[in-house]
Formats: sequence, C-alpha cells, structure tokens
Amino acid sequence: MVEDDRTRADAPGSSTAPLLAVRGIVKEFSGVRALDGVDLDVRPGEVHCLLGQNGAGKSTLIKVLAGAHRPTSGTVEWRGQEVRPSSPVDALRTGIATMYQELDVVDGLTVAENVYLGHELSRGGVTRRHDAHARTRELLRRLGHGDLSPTREVGTLSAAGKQVVSMARALSHDARLIVMDEPSAVLDSEEVANLFRVVRQLTADGVAVLYISHRLEEIRQIGDRITVLKDGRTVASGLPVAGTPTADLIRLMTGRSVQRVFPSRPPVPADAPALLEVRDLALRGVFSDVSFTVRAGEVVGLAGLVGSGRSEVLETVYGARRATAGEVLVDGRKLRQGSVPTAVRAGIGLAPEERKAQGLLLDEPVYRNITLSTFSRFARGPVLDERAERARAREQIDALDVRPADTDRAIRTLSGGNQQKAMLARWLVHGCRVLLLDEPTRGVDVGARAEMYALVNDLARAGNAVVVVSSEIEEVLGLADHVLVLAEGRVVHSGPAAQIDEHRVLDLVMEGSAA
Amino acid sequence: MSEQQPPPLSTAGSVPPDPDRETPLARTGPAPGAPPARRSPFSGGAGRSIGLVIALAALCVVGYATAGERFASVDNLLTILRLAAVYGVLAVGMTFVITGGGIDLSVGSVLGLASVWATTLATQTIAADFHWIVMVSTALLVGTACGVVNGVLIAYGRVVAFIATLAMLVAARGLAEIIANRRTQIVTVRPFLETFQASVLGIPVIVWMFGLVALGGWFLLNRTTFGRRTVAVGGNPEAARLAGIKVQRHTTYLYALAGLTAGIAAVMMLARTTAGSSTNGQLYELDTIAAVVVGGTLLAGGRGTIVGTVFGVIIFATLTNVFTQNNLSISAQSIAKGAIIVIAVLLQQRFAARSRST
Repeated sequence: MVEDDRTRADAPGSSTAPLLAVRGIVKEFSGVRALDGVDLDVRPGEVHCLLGQNGAGKSTLIKVLAGAHRPTSGTVEWRGQEVRPSSPVDALRTGIATMYQELDVVDGLTVAENVYLGHELSRGGVTRRHDAHARTRELLRRLGHGDLSPTREVGTLSAAGKQVVSMARALSHDARLIVMDEPSAVLDSEEVANLFRVVRQLTADGVAVLYISHRLEEIRQIGDRITVLKDGRTVASGLPVAGTPTADLIRLMTGRSVQRVFPSRPPVPADAPALLEVRDLALRGVFSDVSFTVRAGEVVGLAGLVGSGRSEVLETVYGARRATAGEVLVDGRKLRQGSVPTAVRAGIGLAPEERKAQGLLLDEPVYRNITLSTFSRFARGPVLDERAERARAREQIDALDVRPADTDRAIRTLSGGNQQKAMLARWLVHGCRVLLLDEPTRGVDVGARAEMYALVNDLARAGNAVVVVSSEIEEVLGLADHVLVLAEGRVVHSGPAAQIDEHRVLDLVMEGSAA
Repeated sequence: MSEQQPPPLSTAGSVPPDPDRETPLARTGPAPGAPPARRSPFSGGAGRSIGLVIALAALCVVGYATAGERFASVDNLLTILRLAAVYGVLAVGMTFVITGGGIDLSVGSVLGLASVWATTLATQTIAADFHWIVMVSTALLVGTACGVVNGVLIAYGRVVAFIATLAMLVAARGLAEIIANRRTQIVTVRPFLETFQASVLGIPVIVWMFGLVALGGWFLLNRTTFGRRTVAVGGNPEAARLAGIKVQRHTTYLYALAGLTAGIAAVMMLARTTAGSSTNGQLYELDTIAAVVVGGTLLAGGRGTIVGTVFGVIIFATLTNVFTQNNLSISAQSIAKGAIIVIAVLLQQRFAARSRST
C-alpha cells in the first residue's frame, strides 16, 4: 500500500484530471467491429456507470481494460500516460482490477490465499501465512468486513462474500480502478446495500469504480456519472447521474443506428388453432405463473434480462426441467412433465441457447447433426439407413440454404448462422410444429441475421408455432406477434407486439428487476 | 423415437402454406446436381489406422529379425491371436463404454467373478447332467448383471464412472474369492473343454470368438442406431438429451454390454486355462483400456473405432510375443508398453489438432 500516493476523493463533477481516459477504441474480431469508437473518462474516487443494452460492447470494453483483448486502434491513458495493458497481470500492475460476473475465486482455498493468489507473500518459496492473514484482515477491515476470517474457505461463502474477497484482492494489488461487471446480479437487496457501503468506502479512499448494471435504480443510488454505449460506440459520456432523467437514458440506449429489417407477416387468423398452451407454469425459485398460448402461424417473443427466467421457461416447456406447477399442452393434449422424449414426440423442438454446448455434435458430419433426433426413424430395425438420412438432410440443407451445402462436412466448420440453420433443420426433418428458439441469432453475424429473421417468418407462415427468446428487445419486438416481458421470474407484461415499443419494454425490464 | 412417417414437406403444418410466397423454404425438393458422394465406410478410420499398421509391421520386422522362423510361423501367429483373443473381446466392450463417454475399470474383476461362478461345483454338476451351455450362460449372466449394476449406478445414481467401476473392481474380486474360497476350480465338464479348445479350419475356437465379437462390435458401432446413440451420448450428452435420446438408459446399456463381453471373455479364459479362479483377469482392465486408447478411440468420448481397438490389442499381444521369444523380462515389456501408449496418444493429439484446423 502506498498511502501518500492516494488522491483524496474529489466531489463528483469537479474538474480533476482523469484517472483513466479511453479515446476512440476500436476492436475488431475477424472483420466484425465489436467496439467502434469508445470514449470514456473515469476520475479518481468516482463511481462511473456504464450503461448499454446487450451487445452494445460493454463486455468487450471491460476485456480491453483488463488486458484480455488488445484494441485494434485507439488509446488508453492512465494518469495522463498512454498504457497498453497486454495481459490481465499487466493491467493489475497498472492499477486496474476487474471483478467479472463469474467471480474468479478458488473455492478450495482460504480467503487469505485467494486475496494473495498469484502474488503470494513468501520468503524463499515458503508462504508467510501469518503476514498474509494480518494483511488480509486489514484489507477486509477497509472494506467494512473485518468480521470475515482470513482462514475461512471461500467455497463456504455466499456470492456476496466472494465479491468482498475479490475486492480485497483488487486492493491487495493496490488497484486504483475497480471494474465491476453487474455485481448486483447475484445479490439480494440486503447484500446490495452492503456492496454499496463497500463501494462508498473504496471511493472515499480515492479508488474509482467503473460500475456496470442494468438496474437504473441502483445507478441512481450509487453512481456519480454515466457513460452510455450503443452498437459499440459511446453515445453519451460523463452524464451526471443527478441531472439525467431516466427517459433520456433509455432513449440513448435504444434507437439503433443500424436499422434492422424484420420481414412483415400477415396477421394470424383468429381461428388458427392453438398449438402450444402453457398454463401457470412454475419452476420453484426461478419463475412462476407463466401462461401463454401460441397459435399455428404465430410467433410469441419472451423478453427479459439474463436471469429473468426466460431460457428456463423454454427448457421447462421442453421437458428439460421438471416444472413444479402448471401444465403444457400441445394440440390440446397435456404433456407428461419433465421428459424431453415426450415433448419431442409431441412435436416440440428446441434450438438451445448454447448451440455448441447443448445442441451439436461438433465433430460429427452435418447430416448426422440434422438427423440426431430422427435417425432411428430412417433405420430398418436397428440398422441405420444413412443414404435415406443424407437425402433427407440434403433436402433441408437446400431448403434452408445451409452453406456450404455439404452433408458430410464436420459441423464445427460451419459458421454460427449455418449451424443454427442445421439445428432448425433437425426439427423440420422431425416434423415439429412447435419451435422454441433460444437466442436464435447469438453468434450469428449481422448479414446472416436477416436470413434467420426471414426463416423464422417462413416457419410461422408455414403454420408452425414459434417461441423466440432474445436478449435483444428489438429482435423480440420485430419477430413476434405477441410479447411477454419477464422480470425476476414473473410475467410483467403480456400483449401484442404492435402495442408496445422498445422503450417501454426496457423500462419494464429494468424497473421490474430493480432491487 | 416416434415411428410416424415425416410429412413430405417438413415445414408444412395444418395451415396450408401460402402458394405465392417466394422463400427459401419453397425450394424444397430433390437436391440439384449430383447425389451426395457416398463415402467408403473405411475412410477416415483407415487413415487413422495407418499408424497402427506401421507400428504392427515394425514389430513384426523386429520379431522376425530377432527370432526368425520361430516368430514367423503359423503356430506362433495363432499363439499371438490366442493371447489377443481374451483382451480383444474385453476391448470391444470397452470401446463402446469409452466412446459413450465413460470408463469401466471392473472388466478384469468381472471376468474373474464370471469364471468362478461358471465353475462352481453346483454349476458344473448341472452342466455335466444337462449341457455345457449352463456354464456359458452363467458366465454371460454374471458379467451382464455386474455391467447393469455399474450402468444403473452411473446413469441413474450419478456416481462418477471411475468410482462406480472401481468399487465393482474391488467388490467383484472379493465376491469371487468368497465363492471360490480362494481355491482354483478345475473345469471337469469335458464337452465344454472339447468345444472351446477345438479348432475350426485350423483356427482355435476362441480366436473365432474374438473375430465374431469384433465383427459384431464393428457393425453395432458403425451401422446401427445403437452405435449412433453411443457416439451422440459420448460426444455431447446434453445435446443428445435435448435431441430426445434417452441418455441414462443408453448409458446403462453400454455398461451392460461391457459386462457381457467380460462374461464372454471369462468363457474363453476358462477354455485357455481350464480353471476358474478368483485371480483370473487381474489387471486386464488396464491393458484393455491401453489397447482401446492406442487404437484411436477418444478417451473423452464421442469417437470410437473397433478396427483400431483390434489393432491395439494385436500390437500389444505381438509385443508380448516378441519379448517372450527373446527371453526378455516382463518388466522390460512393461516399459515398452508404456512408451507405446504415450507415443500413440501424442500422435493422436497431433492428428486431432490437424483435423480440427482444416
């Protein structure tokens, strides 16, 4: 700790020299611009909030600051000097510590061991446990958690406790800026209050905090200034928290500069039969009282933040999770709960959120991925008929325009959009009429998205019932006929997509989950 | 899996599609251009096997150079195959378990238990009165039952495969000792020995059995729905589950299959040693796993090759034979085996890295 080096906290808004000045950062990933000109100033001792929708570039920016990504162009100045953090260790040495959402603490080690992980206090290779404990105790006291024992095993702590350990680690590196990525997402309201106390303690010591959260209410409580990102660009920087109305913030976050095209579709006829009915579905501790109906030819969208329960609703309808209450009906027939084979037999198909981890056999050829749930149907008894499988897969490859149109190529080699088409092809071969699409455009590049939207449209027009979950509100509104907004496992809005706009949904999502 | 026929136009639901729409989905129909190229069933597999062929050839060269005619004789070839047969049958079952993402450490012990159970006084008395088939079915039943216990513990009890089968390794050996009372049980049923020690067309019956099991295994893995499920379950269990495959049930089948092969191997062991003993099959699990891995089956699951496994088993048997012919110690042989395992796995990783980058 270098005590005399510390600048005292300045009143927010005063004209101190910035601690961190980010200028025109651009980050490209194989031609795609994740960041396209980000500016950011952080002053010593302030809580600077970073706002932006999913995909706005917040995570990429954090990774650039943490030294995990190198920017394609642009500069980062630290106390007036240009720095180029080339690795996480490098960034730490500079004075920037990052608390990721998935806390990087080791459960099997003690609090003190975690705090000094990677820079253990040692003499000749022997750890100086006593010193480490004493110093950890001091750091914890500074954070207002002097009651936490340095010898406690971290695995026994709550998420809130682990955050404190993570912050103590940042302080042990003498960090002057701590980046917190949605720290409140895993905390209950009391723990959030505690977190804020700690944050105030830090800022009083002159440490700056870059605070990322979706919850406007929290930002109002803790933040000093706000920077808003949209589509990889800074659209507003250094807004004072006190003087900026919520409506302005939401307007800044929405309204895309790149207009996306959603194909139009005739309205669903009133007499279209209900293919999927979900009644009072609940999964204890995750969501409750979710009801909706999807008619043939209709697209229903679920909007909500990560953790709102939207993916879990799909997985429960699909039988991959066992509902604690409620029922699912397909074509008017009630499904046995908690059985994927039952749901699949009834004609429900799921394109899961994590396509690679949950959907595909990456080293297997495209056609086997397409026929993964139907190969036994083509078989004569137990003997596979790969010729028939290939032919059927080929039909769908051509119909959905999967590229390259090769049945035998390992699916790993296809782009995200084409892998997603292969997932859909699986259920089309099966003859599914209820399609659950979880984040259908995740990992799909911008050009291929339009194709995916057209595809969803076509599926609906062909008389299927489609449910779409997406983090991108614009996508849900653009695709769906009917929208459900979920916040913390509750449906806070249900109505026609035409009667609600992006601002209102974002408002509901953020208000609904305010701690 | 549903047995219903898929509708001709896959996207069509009960609402008829708009006839005017100009969409990619409207372009369903037979593929334009040439039909998809049929690939040889051996493509890829054969590519991977080339290293194994070279290794085996090199071993044979060394064998011929050091032992001459003693090595390169029909008799010696049959000796090698007889040695390979018991391991080979175990290894076929193991290939399925490993391809399915698991591991079975208990096959050696289960072999021992099956061999003891099939040769108890009671079993042999009934077999002598009735038919040797009683002994064979006892061995197969015991083996399969142990496999089912493994499978249920792993699939439904969610015990890690390593632990569940380690427990079976210890327990089956203990049970075998209790049943045999630590004595060697000589096979007295003559027809059993006459049947399994015979040769057909100059080739010992147990070598035929190995061949048939390997052939059956190859067909099962590469040509049936069972094999496809095995690859799916081992390659990505979550994807398999979400595609509607009954992963738990299939996992149970895989361990049952490994148990069944342990039972078959026990019968072959009885034919070779003419005695049931609780020490039969000790440490066989290690050689079996080594042969499977050397053969090119991915220890992580999702890719398996019976052809490779057969090569792996024969390479190890030839190695043993060459060392024995030259009066080299078992210890030196173990060092050579260790080296082969490491080299094979290193080569595999190279191969995997290359196939992934293309």
